[in-house]
Amino acid sequence: MPEHVGQSVKKSGGRERVTGALQFAADMQMPGLLHAKLVTLDCARARILSIHAAAAEQVEGVHCVLTPADLPRPMPRYGPVEDDRPVLADGETKYYGDPVAVVAAETEQIAAAAAERVRVQHEELPGVYTVEDALAPGAPLVQEPSLRPDSPHRDSNVYNEWHYAWGEAEADEADLVIEETYRFPMQVHFAIEPHVFAAAPDEPDGVVIWSTVQHPFPLRRAVAESLGLPAAKVRVVATEMGGAFGGKGYPKFEPLMAFLALRTGRPVRLALSLAESFLAGRRAAGVVTMRSGFSRDGRFVFNRSRADYLIGAYADITSSIVSKAAYIGCGAYRIPNLEVTARAVFSHTPPATAYRGFGAPQYLWALEAQIDRAARRLGIERLQMRLRNIPDRGEELIPGDTPVDGDWKQGLSLAAEAVGWHEPLPPGHGRGLAIGVKSPRPGAASQALARLHHDGSATLMVGTTEMGQGSKTAFSQIAARALGIPFEKIKVVCGDTGRVPFDAVTASSRSTVCMGNAILAACEEIKRKTAALAADAHGVSADRVSVSDGMVHLPETVLNYAEAICSSYGPGEGEVMGLGEFRLPRDPEHPLGGPAPFWEIIFFATEVDVDRETGQYRLTKLVTVADIGKAINPAAVKGQDEGGSLMSVGQAMMEQFILDERGRPVNLGALDYRIPTTQDIPLRTESLLVENADGPGPFGAKGVGESGATAVAPAIASAVAQATGASFTELPLTAERVWRRLKQQERAPDTSAPD
Amino acid sequence: MSSSLPITVTVNGRERRLDVAPNETLLAVLRERLSLTGTKKSCGEGECGACTVLVDGRAVNSCLMLAVEADGRDVLTIEGLASGDELHPLQEAFLEAGAVQCGFCTPGMIMSAVALLATNPDPTPAEAKEALCGSLCRCTGYVRIIRAVLDAAPRMRPVGNGTHN
Ligand code: FES
Ligand code: FES
Repeated sequence: MPEHVGQSVKKSGGRERVTGALQFAADMQMPGLLHAKLVTLDCARARILSIHAAAAEQVEGVHCVLTPADLPRPMPRYGPVEDDRPVLADGETKYYGDPVAVVAAETEQIAAAAAERVRVQHEELPGVYTVEDALAPGAPLVQEPSLRPDSPHRDSNVYNEWHYAWGEAEADEADLVIEETYRFPMQVHFAIEPHVFAAAPDEPDGVVIWSTVQHPFPLRRAVAESLGLPAAKVRVVATEMGGAFGGKGYPKFEPLMAFLALRTGRPVRLALSLAESFLAGRRAAGVVTMRSGFSRDGRFVFNRSRADYLIGAYADITSSIVSKAAYIGCGAYRIPNLEVTARAVFSHTPPATAYRGFGAPQYLWALEAQIDRAARRLGIERLQMRLRNIPDRGEELIPGDTPVDGDWKQGLSLAAEAVGWHEPLPPGHGRGLAIGVKSPRPGAASQALARLHHDGSATLMVGTTEMGQGSKTAFSQIAARALGIPFEKIKVVCGDTGRVPFDAVTASSRSTVCMGNAILAACEEIKRKTAALAADAHGVSADRVSVSDGMVHLPETVLNYAEAICSSYGPGEGEVMGLGEFRLPRDPEHPLGGPAPFWEIIFFATEVDVDRETGQYRLTKLVTVADIGKAINPAAVKGQDEGGSLMSVGQAMMEQFILDERGRPVNLGALDYRIPTTQDIPLRTESLLVENADGPGPFGAKGVGESGATAVAPAIASAVAQATGASFTELPLTAERVWRRLKQQERAPDTSAPD
Repeated sequence: MSSSLPITVTVNGRERRLDVAPNETLLAVLRERLSLTGTKKSCGEGECGACTVLVDGRAVNSCLMLAVEADGRDVLTIEGLASGDELHPLQEAFLEAGAVQCGFCTPGMIMSAVALLATNPDPTPAEAKEALCGSLCRCTGYVRIIRAVLDAAPRMRPVGNGTHN
């Protein structure tokens, strides 16, 4: 019988990918397609005085120049949490790249040429581009207070503030107290596939959207509300994506494309360049000031922090990013007294949105570094120091939330062992450790429709989207096992709101657990219904029929699915459908809306080799140990950890999205924004899995995908600190930054780096 | 707009005659005129390798090459790599090694690897990394990509350095 779960079966859709046959959004051919180009200004914040489209409209091949004058008043606004993002800039651009108009033309070239001819009279205004500037007294306000009349923060640039505390929040005394400020820069997702948004009129009086979008259902709502259409008249098709990493999560220019399509009566597509994609979403920068108290024996006494996240001009999903990061302010540690105050701060910068790891990396960069500093000051070995603070299975992590659901000490010890923690260090080398932990989106629902066809093959219809993570493969494996049919007989239809049932989001490492469980439930329903059909057709009572391993067992005979279905519907006819649902509990009293279904945890161990003369260093080892309960597809799980951790090597060593003093990007595009290449692969990598089948997902699975990108930077910094005796507070840890710190240290030795 | 120039180019073994604009890239011609969308566009400025194709056996970034420069040349794209239903050993190795996640970098990555193995049938890991460093992948961390290339190398040697016809 098929035994697919736990095997590294080849990726569904793999063949299409290696042959170039897979159609990504930019590859789709649509009859009558028009191409769109955004009209933007060469500055960040500006007052728009007038827009003259005539010269652009006269260009041959131009069909439409859409300006705010063509949109309803008041300007429609949308967003996943707040309806604060205008379809086009509303009197004022808020960031470099904020579109003021859009052109639709016969070809991309014509659209681009015409966009240049749209004359926008404007006056550049002073903006705020850093946390400090945005919070300074008298700083220009990013959002008009009238947009959020009920917010207590409306007269400032604070979008919102979250405060979590337990134990004695005032606790401030301990044998050792360390206070430091840590900085984490803006970064861009740099999915190799740039964003693509397309729309077309749909009969009757509706619109269809094709988008590189992770979450088609929230997008459907945004488009429907912006256009004043019922949800049923908006169909959102999430295309197969060439990477997403959170950057393709929430609505961007789809409402604009919908207006353009309805106005021109034609399909319209906006394919952003990679550089334009940088401006469509990025990671929030973070400034975290942390004050930590430890006992002489290295245990946390208290931890108090203030975390400020620099977001863009619109809220997007940052309320979740910041609140979730702050809520788990203890990281993977037992901290008896804890207080976190976190703020999301508006600025005139490109929109901050979800980014693999959500808000955790910014915060963990500080927390893990504090532990290292304390270890050094207390003379306690760093692994020991962490082991002393890691809670046991079943112990409370955050008061009132899900207890520790894994053997975390085992995980960290395994990582340490794999990196050779106790082996002698070659000269110039250092090793580091860090733990990444987060939780999936609480309180969310996933529904799956499974259809068992007349010939015994099956189709799964799910709102989950495919961006490379391999959900289709994992879902097929889960259903193959549940139904007892071969993997190859299953097709998965993803993310088309016109065809599939609801799914909240494809994010936060939730799909295998949440959609996986929904699929299991759908398959169970299919088996029940098939047994009932066969019982009825054969005139026996249903309780005498059972289904297992893909066969229907009747008292006298055994049928396969095809025979069972045809015995009821007739040859070649009929099918059996199962609708499964999985919902996480919603709790209005819970700060995040519901408890964590599991903790997504990963342990990192690194080794570096540093050249003190130049500050250059290379990553000689990178070990990840993910506690994932059960790997449905081990190669795919390890691939997630390898990919996530190398992405974080970029964050640690080279990546930062830089704006000049007027808010204009300095490194806009692949030429100037460096991400890891094959030359940056660590000399040795190892991805290990802890599988104790203790997760809430199918077969004991927990989620995977984000954790690999949570805490590589502190593990690398920790290793560099050991190698050099210098410690660091700011990312990325470039060779230059290491070199400067070493020079500084020659003048004033650092006492906080590990020995 | 501007005057067009006639070119003759062999693409995946088939001769094509086209009138192209002087500023039209080979990438645009492949994707938009010949509907060969397996070759991807990402950065458009020669930095990511997503658009890599072979021109007379050499890997080039087709976003940087003008279509007129391809006149009289032989172009191989990802679509021309498999022989009918039979995948090229590199395509097979990428699938087996789990080197494909989203697959957006994959065509360019595989074409770069084809060029590498044509000139160096037995690369060391360091040589493979060096040869592929112009192709960016954001999903995989490259580990399995390098493994796939090294796995494919011995499978290609007995049959020479290319299976396309
Ligand atoms: S698209 Fe040609 S190198 Fe990036
Ligand atoms: S597999 Fe997604 S970019 Fe390489």
